[in-house]
Amino acid sequence: MSQPGVMDETVKSRAGLALNDDFLRKAVKFTTERLRNGKKAASEEHGNWEEWRERGRQIRLHTIAHLDYYLNEFVNNARANGVHIHFADTSAEAASIALDIAAHKQATSVVKSKSMVSEEVHLNHVLESAGIEAIETDLGEYIIQLAGEAPSHIVIPAIHKNRYQIAELLSKEAGEVLEPDTTVLAGFVRKKLREKFLEADIGLTGCNFAIAETGSMVLFENEGNARMVSTVPKTQITLMGMERIIPSWADLEVMATLLPRSATGQKLTMYMSGITGPRRSADADGPDEMHIIIVDNGRSLQLGDPEFQELLNCIRCGACLNACPVYRHIGGHAYGGTYSGPIGAVLTPALNGNIEEWNDIASASSLCGACYEACPVKIPLHDMLVYLRRRKVEDGHGNKLETMGMKGFAAVAANSKRFALAIRLGQIGQKAVVRNNGISLKLGPLKGWNTYRVAPSLAKKSFRQQWNSLDQELNQQQHTAMDTSVRERMQQIVRDRGEGGSKHGK
Amino acid sequence: MMKVSLFITCLSDAIYPRVGEAMVRLLAAHGIRLEFPQVQTCCGQPSYNSGYWDETRVAAKTILEAFDDSDFVVCPSGSCTYMIHHYPELFVDEPEWLDKAKRLEAKAYEFTQFLVQVLGITDLGAHFPHKVTYHPSCHGSRLLGVKDEPLALLSNVKGLELVPLPHAEDCCGFGGTFAIKMSDISGAMVTEKVDHVKETQAEVLVGLDMACLMNIAGNLRHRNEPVRVMHLAELLYEGVQTR
Repeated sequence: MSQPGVMDETVKSRAGLALNDDFLRKAVKFTTERLRNGKKAASEEHGNWEEWRERGRQIRLHTIAHLDYYLNEFVNNARANGVHIHFADTSAEAASIALDIAAHKQATSVVKSKSMVSEEVHLNHVLESAGIEAIETDLGEYIIQLAGEAPSHIVIPAIHKNRYQIAELLSKEAGEVLEPDTTVLAGFVRKKLREKFLEADIGLTGCNFAIAETGSMVLFENEGNARMVSTVPKTQITLMGMERIIPSWADLEVMATLLPRSATGQKLTMYMSGITGPRRSADADGPDEMHIIIVDNGRSLQLGDPEFQELLNCIRCGACLNACPVYRHIGGHAYGGTYSGPIGAVLTPALNGNIEEWNDIASASSLCGACYEACPVKIPLHDMLVYLRRRKVEDGHGNKLETMGMKGFAAVAANSKRFALAIRLGQIGQKAVVRNNGISLKLGPLKGWNTYRVAPSLAKKSFRQQWNSLDQELNQQQHTAMDTSVRERMQQIVRDRGEGGSKHGK
Repeated sequence: MMKVSLFITCLSDAIYPRVGEAMVRLLAAHGIRLEFPQVQTCCGQPSYNSGYWDETRVAAKTILEAFDDSDFVVCPSGSCTYMIHHYPELFVDEPEWLDKAKRLEAKAYEFTQFLVQVLGITDLGAHFPHKVTYHPSCHGSRLLGVKDEPLALLSNVKGLELVPLPHAEDCCGFGGTFAIKMSDISGAMVTEKVDHVKETQAEVLVGLDMACLMNIAGNLRHRNEPVRVMHLAELLYEGVQTR
């Protein structure tokens, strides 16, 4: 199993590990399918899903286009609420700010609710190196923390583990054998974590949305652990990506409609907390001190990039992972970064601004568009994957063999005579290997293909070789007259088209 | 006189010419004589998807030239038809070609789109007494939006029993060079697709894109499964001949 820092070199080799892990494949299939069906049912029941989806997209497009304005508004309002705001350009800077706060508070223990940004920052590792205990309190995060792994899904971090594997991990922690029963296992974790909540000096949260108009932050969760993290410890630190902003509470209504339905098929998560500053004198609970660390870490590189700016619209629902037929077979660790699935395949190279190191992830997609279809804010991830591939080629990092192949392709496709000749040469060349209209030979580029398939042979006569005789035959037959209504339809379409043309289809 | 042209695609040209023939004969029976511009080669999708856009422009220009004076262009692949929708972004810096690209985008239709949206025909009078399942290809259904057209055509075929394909909308794992570069992931995907085809106990798998069908048929044959794989144009043509 891949672990942070211990990574196989390529997505291909990492995927190979996953493809040979039947437990992983079964567990990932089972849960992604449940989530995908849940989302489908919830969006159908909603009734106006496409309209809300478009509204969500517009809110995100508008916010990101004016991110400087809304970020400024958020920061001013949050400061007025008594929140300490910090800015981190890099993940290292974010970690060191969090560490400074912890040192200042002489903290020995931090409880964490789910935060993908903290994974991006490798915060647990940093805190633990400084002798500060960091405990994940989201059940899934807690499980993978015990396993020493990274999350393999944005929303369901331990999606790749079944309950028997989880029972084994938790039994080790409990020092007794726990039944692989979800009630027993969750019961053990609840009891264990209750102590940790009470002991902790600092509560660390992520942030689903930050509301500019009031300087508030909003958390969606199902387990109540984020509520504990943000109310029990004396100090709260929130890590947020700089793009988490939405302008207003009215916009949150749209996001609250889209996010839980897309993530888990829920109409709303069990808890949705809006937090506006630290505890005031009249409040029953809440931290005395509150810090928000706003993290860039490559996000601002996307601003002004017409091909990738929409990446910042992502609301981290994980719907694209659940819809992805590649993720379904290889799980999240194969992607090698903090974020997995289609969004990870684009986000990881984009945030790292280093497509050379990460570019192989973009190849692990059949470009089927299921991610785009599932996305509640319509991010065209399938197009972005192609843009990543193109930038790699333009930067001269294309695979040498592929580059030669593509030059050859262009030479053949440039001219129909050469194209026809290539087909003819193929027809002659294949004779030695064709059996019963198929080729089973596992050689060269056919090796991978024919491990799972029998390749078809080229037709004895291509369509273009048959065309003249087909055309002549039809010319000799009596011509069927076109139906008048059909003719009129066609003429109408041509008239409607006008110059420049109208698009049909999607 | 309307000029309606056939955009054959490389796979149907070189491997599955029977698909093009079925389209030509089916449409001729409705008074539409397809013409076939010989200068066309490939839509350029293999190089486009791999990130080689200069090479793509070379191939795309043969398609733009081939169909510049056509009124309608009909293609047996949703994926290759959708590729044409990418042409305008490829030629933003070449105004003359950009005009051609926009014109072609407006007049290019996938086969069932052409039958249903343009001609208004959903019943070809075909008879095909078999148990059939349908795989909606990703680019055609998701990106081009061809969802209802094939189902309307299939529902009017006499004797045909259409059985739903479980997880029909999942990609078959083809993805062009993906099937070569990431062959094990692609292999896992096509294996699962064929598992689902087998579950339906259909005699025939029908679709609208020979690339996906070549992939699925290849795995069926690899596993010695006797399911017949057909493009909808072939099925309809066979169905009108034997009625």
